[in-house]
Amino acid sequence: MTFWLLLTVNSVTFGGLLFLLSAGFSLIFGLMRIPNLTHGSMFMVGAYLGTTFLSGALGFKLNFWLAAILAAVEVAILGGLMERLLLRRLAGQPLAQVLVTLGVSFMVADLCLMGWGGDPISVGTPPGLAGFVRWGGAAFPLYRMAVIAIAVVFAAALWIMLDRTRLGAMIRAGVDDPQMARVVGIRVSQLFTIVFALGAGLAGFAGMIGGPILSVYPGLDQDMLPLALVVVILGGTGSLLGSFVGSIIIGFIYNFGQALLPELAYFILFLPMVLVLLLRPQGLFGGQII
Amino acid sequence: MSRKFMSGKVSRRAVLAGTAVGAAAALGRFPTPAIADTEPFRLGLLTVKTGPLAQGGIQMEQGVLTYLKEKNYTIGGRKVDFISADTGGNPAGTKTKAQELVERDKVDVILGPLAAFELYAISDYIKEQKTPTLSLAAADNLTQRTPNPYLLRASATSSQAMQPMGHYAATELKLKRVVTVTEDFAFGYEQMGGFQAAFAKDGGCVVNKLWPPLSTPDYTPYVAQISDCDGVCQGFAGSNPLRFMKAYAGAGLKYPVVTGETGGDDALLKNFGEEAIGLIGCCPYTIDLETEANHRFIDGMIKNYDSIPGQYAALLYVNCQVVDAALKATGGDASDKDKFMAALKAVNLTDTPRGPLKFDHLNNVIGTFYIRRVQTEGAKYGLKVWNKTIKTYENVSQFWTWPEAEFLAHPVYSRDYPPLTKC
Repeated sequence: MTFWLLLTVNSVTFGGLLFLLSAGFSLIFGLMRIPNLTHGSMFMVGAYLGTTFLSGALGFKLNFWLAAILAAVEVAILGGLMERLLLRRLAGQPLAQVLVTLGVSFMVADLCLMGWGGDPISVGTPPGLAGFVRWGGAAFPLYRMAVIAIAVVFAAALWIMLDRTRLGAMIRAGVDDPQMARVVGIRVSQLFTIVFALGAGLAGFAGMIGGPILSVYPGLDQDMLPLALVVVILGGTGSLLGSFVGSIIIGFIYNFGQALLPELAYFILFLPMVLVLLLRPQGLFGGQII
Repeated sequence: MSRKFMSGKVSRRAVLAGTAVGAAAALGRFPTPAIADTEPFRLGLLTVKTGPLAQGGIQMEQGVLTYLKEKNYTIGGRKVDFISADTGGNPAGTKTKAQELVERDKVDVILGPLAAFELYAISDYIKEQKTPTLSLAAADNLTQRTPNPYLLRASATSSQAMQPMGHYAATELKLKRVVTVTEDFAFGYEQMGGFQAAFAKDGGCVVNKLWPPLSTPDYTPYVAQISDCDGVCQGFAGSNPLRFMKAYAGAGLKYPVVTGETGGDDALLKNFGEEAIGLIGCCPYTIDLETEANHRFIDGMIKNYDSIPGQYAALLYVNCQVVDAALKATGGDASDKDKFMAALKAVNLTDTPRGPLKFDHLNNVIGTFYIRRVQTEGAKYGLKVWNKTIKTYENVSQFWTWPEAEFLAHPVYSRDYPPLTKC
């Protein structure tokens, strides 16, 4: 019983973390049609920057949440710059964009190695969330519960932003029909930068939030990127609901697959992706922006 | 950046070294062959400086450079040209870089590589080229059932540290039923095979073996499967021990945890927190060995790199000591590869950062292994947690306490050997 409870709770937690990572990936792909292979790098850079603010190595020391937010802002700026300076020049050339993002992800990995060294850095659990919740004989780390709450808050905020604001309406228009959006006077190219920065910032934030669970180490980017890809392909690109549902599904498949059929863990993880690509290429919720 | 000649430093040091050698020769302290004045000794290193294995790989290079700096780039009476190559942590890259080192750079000795699959990729090649290679990679069989005469291992086989750990777990910790968990690759299989065999020899029983893939972001699904036991043996490498111990503590499990050489590596101490307190590991090197050689090594690492070293750096430093000693024995001559290999095998050192060591006839180290416990008391060098040695096993061979013939009659340790038994 404890075994099932622990896995269930952990599945939801991991799903929440995946949602923070993949929501941005999904929006970027839906709007710009760019499979942004630097998304794992954004996650890792966010975590590295966050731990640096946390450690006080720069002469000032922030608490966990401020460090996460500042890291997210910095990664968002990096993302915006990358869109403006690199990807913009390659508009309409998906293959070139894939290759550039892949190349940048390798460069970022090496720069991180130079900057932060090869040692893994463990991130302390924020004070106040270090304990356990006891439930039915099983102990659940409080922090993992908090991750679920954070994911839900972000999902709600993103939903409000996309569904209720002018910016959201413009993004939805851009996803649905970029040409028509341009015709009615929406500056789609500016939207590109905003969405790319937003997606990158979310990934950076997720990196720091994931820190106390995953820690930060060279190779974290390559561990997380395939998971984001699976989620987005399963849920459908450009769809917030798709990311959310896809993340939770993958959270469950990841946890239960590794616990029950460890030999086939990766097979089971990627099987839904293959099935979706074959049977419903737009994903479960593809084509719907919310 | 894959290749780095230390020529800038060497040329400056060459003057110093040349002067020193000249002075020593003039004093008649030791005979210096003519070759020392003309030709530098070419020392190659295969390491990993990019990707997930880079943590250990960078330490390997730092260990070598710490030794060379300490000796002013002169070993066995000869000036050293050091050439470091980054394999990228993959077999194809390792093969290419090994060929570059041997054929273009004409190295006399190769140090490294790091990982077993890298070593397998170049094993035949170094045999063909007869290039003496001091490996860190632990692949058991290359000094056991399929030995390579040009390979020397001053570190340990994968199972060598786990065998004393199994003995300690059974006899001192009095564990009876243990669940093992480690990465799903050769190093993991051989470690756990060694643990299981030695643990069973003293009455223990492995009840379940878990094999997470090498890159597993969250270990909780595996931790959830640990039950019906009185202890856990983890054999993780790289940064994985950190995350495993966090997930383990996070799930509220309290069984004692034991580990091998990588799972409690001293280089991880600065990142370990409360979750690692009580972890007991066995390692061929320990940071708390109070000998002059170890102090010299640690001080050098802190001075040069501001880094608290673990076994990757220490064992490469030891490799350099072995090369140095062999070169002294041959009077600085490494031109005859078979003769030089014989000199390397005959090395018998007493003062190294890992304590005394010598080699068996299959070219693997016989040395001291240390059982350590992670604790907060006694921490030095600004660390918050510390590996405290609680027992020492001396003259540990790769065959543990089994007679060699009996050990070699079994298949190499694998995922399914020894098999799980009912208990």
